[in-house]
Amino acid sequence: MLRNVRRVGKALTTPLHPDDYFSLVNPLWSARELRGRIERVDPVTERAATLVIRPGWGWTFDHQPGQYIGIGVEIGGRFHWRSYSLSSPPLVEGGTVSITVKAMPEGFLSDHLVNGLEPGTIVRLAAPQGDFTVPEPPPAKMLFVVGGSGITPVMSILRTLDRRDHLPDVVLVYSALRESEMMFLYELRVLALRYPTFTFHERFTDTDGMFTADQLDDLVPDWRDRETWACGPGPMLDAFTEHYEEQGLEENIHVERFTLQRADGGDAGGTATFGAGGPTVEVDGAETLLEAGERAGVNMLFGCRMGICHTCDVPLASGRVRDLRSGDEHAEPGEYIQTCVSVAVGDCTLSL
Amino acid sequence: MAYSDVREYTHLTDEEVEEIGRELDEIRAEVEASRGQADRDYVLRVIALQRRLAVAGRITLFASMFPPAWLLGTALLSSAKILENMEIGHNTMHGQWDWMNDPEIHSSNWEWDTTQPAEQWKHSHNYIHHQFTNVLGHDNDVGYGILRMSRDQKWTPYNLGQPVYNALLALFFEYGVALHDLDIEAIRKGKKDPKLLKKQLKQIGDKIGKQALKDYVLYPAMTGPAFFHTLSANFTSNIVRNVWAYMIIFCGHFPDGAVHFDEKELEDETRAEWYLRQMLGSANFEGGKLLHLMSGQLGYQIEHHLFPDLPSNRYAEVSVKVKDICKRNGIPYTTGPLHRQYGQVIRTIMKLSLPNRRTKDDATPPPPARKGRLSDEERPGRRSELGRWTNTAASV
Repeated sequence: MLRNVRRVGKALTTPLHPDDYFSLVNPLWSARELRGRIERVDPVTERAATLVIRPGWGWTFDHQPGQYIGIGVEIGGRFHWRSYSLSSPPLVEGGTVSITVKAMPEGFLSDHLVNGLEPGTIVRLAAPQGDFTVPEPPPAKMLFVVGGSGITPVMSILRTLDRRDHLPDVVLVYSALRESEMMFLYELRVLALRYPTFTFHERFTDTDGMFTADQLDDLVPDWRDRETWACGPGPMLDAFTEHYEEQGLEENIHVERFTLQRADGGDAGGTATFGAGGPTVEVDGAETLLEAGERAGVNMLFGCRMGICHTCDVPLASGRVRDLRSGDEHAEPGEYIQTCVSVAVGDCTLSL
Repeated sequence: MAYSDVREYTHLTDEEVEEIGRELDEIRAEVEASRGQADRDYVLRVIALQRRLAVAGRITLFASMFPPAWLLGTALLSSAKILENMEIGHNTMHGQWDWMNDPEIHSSNWEWDTTQPAEQWKHSHNYIHHQFTNVLGHDNDVGYGILRMSRDQKWTPYNLGQPVYNALLALFFEYGVALHDLDIEAIRKGKKDPKLLKKQLKQIGDKIGKQALKDYVLYPAMTGPAFFHTLSANFTSNIVRNVWAYMIIFCGHFPDGAVHFDEKELEDETRAEWYLRQMLGSANFEGGKLLHLMSGQLGYQIEHHLFPDLPSNRYAEVSVKVKDICKRNGIPYTTGPLHRQYGQVIRTIMKLSLPNRRTKDDATPPPPARKGRLSDEERPGRRSELGRWTNTAASV
């Protein structure tokens, strides 16, 4: 029934979509691109804020705690995209989701999100993704190692467990520069008081120094028995992953990175042509096709720039490309490739 | 330099031509650097207006049995279709709004409210017409393969029917445009790849089917007893849009003063020379803001051909600078009121229905024509600012 209504609606509004008209009435009434309205911007620390977003049509509140979303914000007429972990548990009453953003000194977008967004602003969203999640049922013993704004996905996980009134044996080691920089500090302290099974180690790196993997034995003696989730700056994640590998425990650790981890391009490189007869540029094995297109002066669509949102997908016309994350190669003409994580292997042409 | 052959430019030295190119590049860079919120607001306003007009027209036509409602509904719907095709669709498909990084207003996936599939349009228009503007044998927009528009195209008795072909082309322009990328001449000569032809015909068929279902079945049926009144209103709206689009487009390249070129002039053409060819081969028309809006800013055809992918709302301010460059360098800048420009087009069409010996030339004599269109492989590489196109042939 609903499908037939949709088909008629599409036939009546071709070449547009019914949502193109509905969104004239309410900007959230469109599922063509996921949208949301900023309901509130709540300060969390001096430099961080939680954005409470009311998603529009097409959003399903079934995300897994620990997943992240893409958010596209219009600045100067142009959409800019970033990814942030959801800090809210799934299926929140009131139909909102929240992300917590820390304004980075050099990050003009994060600064805009924390200080420049007015409630009522319409933003674009990309559906929740990511596998930094806790299995169902959760393991009996868990360890979270968190640095800075890496707390946000962990917060979503802890809040979800708390809503079920059941926190298993959980240890959280949370590092921030100083107390004023530590997000959710009060909420975490209350949680630690309420659940004897929840141990919360606050670590202020200004005074206590960095928390390193070799300190695990002292702080969490049974860490080898715990399934571990780590989220924070890249070097921290590298050090912990390495430590677990040395101990033969790499199965025990899950990490979440917020930047694209690039594999070695190897023998990749060649030329990339943007549209038949379009500009051609030389590329090496490290420059993504999106970056190469931008260098060639082509206005390429992009979203997350880390292979999540598929906004940048374009069909391959000819040649071979490699996905930097997996190393998989694609050479099928007409196949859609993610330009933000793909490099040319030899000469390739994209259909634009 | 090939351009020394073109009469208007004989007085320009190579250095002067390159200097003109540099100045035009500068104008482009200025506009690119200043694109921002105001431009986005403009296109969003036009899109919202266009969609409201369309809704208002469709709703009004529920009363289409009542003649004033028929008239009002037809007027609203015609305006919506004209705005969509001219100011929104054509310009979006050129990539004028790609810089916004908004997938809902982007050349890669925009589809417009007419029978020509966007993918084929982007090839025949963005690439062929904009790069090879007015080059006989390349640019199929010269007469749309139906009309003889240049004294250097051979006359045959077929051309005696030009007044009739012209009227039919105007009335059913969207179908003329739909068949535009097929290259009828190549089909006739059996040179067309049958697989590509099949694919293109299927695309066109699907698009015509969707358009016809909407305008000639679904909306009329929804208005129940007013079925035929609504049908005639929708049909009329399409005709009004066709005639308007035809007129605007013919005023872009065929009034007196717009020059046709020989393919010899394409050889070793520099970027600055390409600019010059665009200025010489295009014609503007004058009018108020509303006229420019309804014609997709193609009254600034010269500016559009110089900078096909800059936002259309900027052409008016760009035209002041372009006019100044033309004045300083003694380059013709063809413009005039719309009725005069179209009058000249009609005169040319009528005159050229007769053999050359029967008529007097009143425009610049263009160099002799090449026979037949070139295939993409034979053509020089594409310029990046035309807007994208997909190589249908590459993905057969």
